[in-house]
Amino acid sequence: MATVTIRQVHKHYDDFHAVKGVSLDIKDHEFIVLVGPSGCGKTTTLRMVAGLESITEGQILIGNTVVNDLPPMDRDIAMVFQNYALYPHMSVYDNMAFGLKMRKFDRDEIRKRVENAAGILGITEHLMRKPRQLSGGQRQRVALGRAIVRNPQVFLFDEPLSNLDAKLRVQMRVELKKLHQRLATTSIYVTHDQVEAMTLGDRVVVMKDGIIQQVGEPLELYNNPANKYVAGFIGSPAMNFADVTVRESGSALFAEGPGLKIRIPEAIAARMGNLKDRPATLGIRPEDLRMAGDGDSPDITFDAVVEVAEQLGSEIILDVSAAGAQMVASVEPTVRVKPQQKIKLAVNSAGLRFFRADTEAAI
Amino acid sequence: MIEGSIWRRWVFFRLPVAVFLIFLLFPFYWMIITTFRPDGELYRPWRAANYTPFWTWNPTTAHLKYLFGETTFMMWMWNTTFIAVVSTAISLVCGVLAGYALSRLNFKLAGLLGTVIFVTYLVPQTLLFIPLSEIINNYRIGDTPWALILTYPTFLIPFCTWLMMGYFKAIPKELEECARIDGASRWQAMLYIIIPVAVPGILSAMIFAFTLSWNEFIYALVFLSSPEQKTVPVGVVSELIRGDVFFWGPLMAGALLGSIPVAIAYSFFVEHYVSGLTGSVKG
Repeated sequence: MATVTIRQVHKHYDDFHAVKGVSLDIKDHEFIVLVGPSGCGKTTTLRMVAGLESITEGQILIGNTVVNDLPPMDRDIAMVFQNYALYPHMSVYDNMAFGLKMRKFDRDEIRKRVENAAGILGITEHLMRKPRQLSGGQRQRVALGRAIVRNPQVFLFDEPLSNLDAKLRVQMRVELKKLHQRLATTSIYVTHDQVEAMTLGDRVVVMKDGIIQQVGEPLELYNNPANKYVAGFIGSPAMNFADVTVRESGSALFAEGPGLKIRIPEAIAARMGNLKDRPATLGIRPEDLRMAGDGDSPDITFDAVVEVAEQLGSEIILDVSAAGAQMVASVEPTVRVKPQQKIKLAVNSAGLRFFRADTEAAI
Repeated sequence: MIEGSIWRRWVFFRLPVAVFLIFLLFPFYWMIITTFRPDGELYRPWRAANYTPFWTWNPTTAHLKYLFGETTFMMWMWNTTFIAVVSTAISLVCGVLAGYALSRLNFKLAGLLGTVIFVTYLVPQTLLFIPLSEIINNYRIGDTPWALILTYPTFLIPFCTWLMMGYFKAIPKELEECARIDGASRWQAMLYIIIPVAVPGILSAMIFAFTLSWNEFIYALVFLSSPEQKTVPVGVVSELIRGDVFFWGPLMAGALLGSIPVAIAYSFFVEHYVSGLTGSVKG
């Protein structure tokens, strides 16, 4: 087990700046998830840790060793690839034993470790099969087993679940979590799926365009996004945004948009004094919206027109147009509305977020 | 498979296949029938009353006996085998290594180098044999098997290189990356992972290279002169056609026997060979 330290790492391809000064301290035993859209530099960062890509600038340390110039074989890491990368001509057993054979472990030790890992992953009865005789989920387990047997300092996962169907993905996600609780090996996990990031990560790193947007525990990212991008990326359905202008009215500040006038809670308003009469972006999570009742103050309600109602059973997702934007509200399953119906939505003031119109940073 | 009524299956599938097969196999049939046809029937005019071009009532082994007794056919077979096997082996080793390097090692000019290698394959042999014969004379290896063993790779290596390049490119690079993380050096990853996975591709390259050198004619005709050094294609033609007299029986017997090793090679590896051509690597 080891820490991983990434210091001001850059990666240039010929004329493409893929990773722009990423710094990250990964603690021992930590499960860290890099998440972002494709092309954000998360996989490149992972591959630099693995030694599969050279580092243009900066340093990467595993434990206390600078590994910039170490070949992958000397970094004591294991990696699970998106397409599993199982050796098709070898049996499951040989696939898992390959790394140990290369490292000259003796036969009995190899057998013990492979059988142990196969037991943990429930693939003992498939050890003599070839990868092509296995289902997607089983192949995924073999790929995991191949990483486990080596007992490396760090696990690297490159979108390992994206080739599985939705149901299996959820199941494997839970298993990965259990596996980490059991082995507690430092892990770096790359995904574009924010749900995977939130459920698996001790800490989540949101990246975009080769730059880290925010690092934090899942709930921290959800509750206190550093900017509009993180706010929109974390959470499902995604946060609603509306362009508003900050106006003073009486002693309070209001966010005004077309058909929208919402009182800004004092805790936030205190930080917005210098934004009076200037534009800002209002962010409301779908789960902070509800159908307005008679007792709701007009300061927290606004009009909306229902476009689509998606009944999910436990909740209803309303796609509405309001305040000149498309919004999504997650409401009680008992609500009955029709398309084109005019409704009133109320916001949970504590859930309001504001972002600067210019830098998109959270206020 | 064609779906629908029986007549559709006949008209659009079975009949065309039958025509195609007849077209394809007729030369072989002709070779076989001529091999066993006595001379008396072979030179019978087509207007003769008992003219039977497609079968014979009096099969004979006289032509085979002539081929083995009166010519150095066994030597030709041995020469051809030796030359084809050695030049194929040389070309495969070079082709596999070059194909791996060009498809996997990202060095500058890799693309250009690949193209240049391909271009050398396009230079026609009918042009190349003139300078090559000069070189062969300078090294004094004319009229020995080495004249061909060393010249066949000039077209076999580019061929193998390109075939293997395509095959290596189809193998996911993660396989190799995974092996290297697992503790293999680049060389070990190639040896233990990539080459075993590429076996179907290597086998197709091998069969093609073997066939090309087995059937090669121009270089063999130019670089070899004594009858006992010749290969089958050249020996049969130069020893069994004298002036304008064609010894059709022995000629066809030689062609038939000469095509058997290639046919065996094909049928032996046919499964690997097909999967090599379709390039299927599944993880």
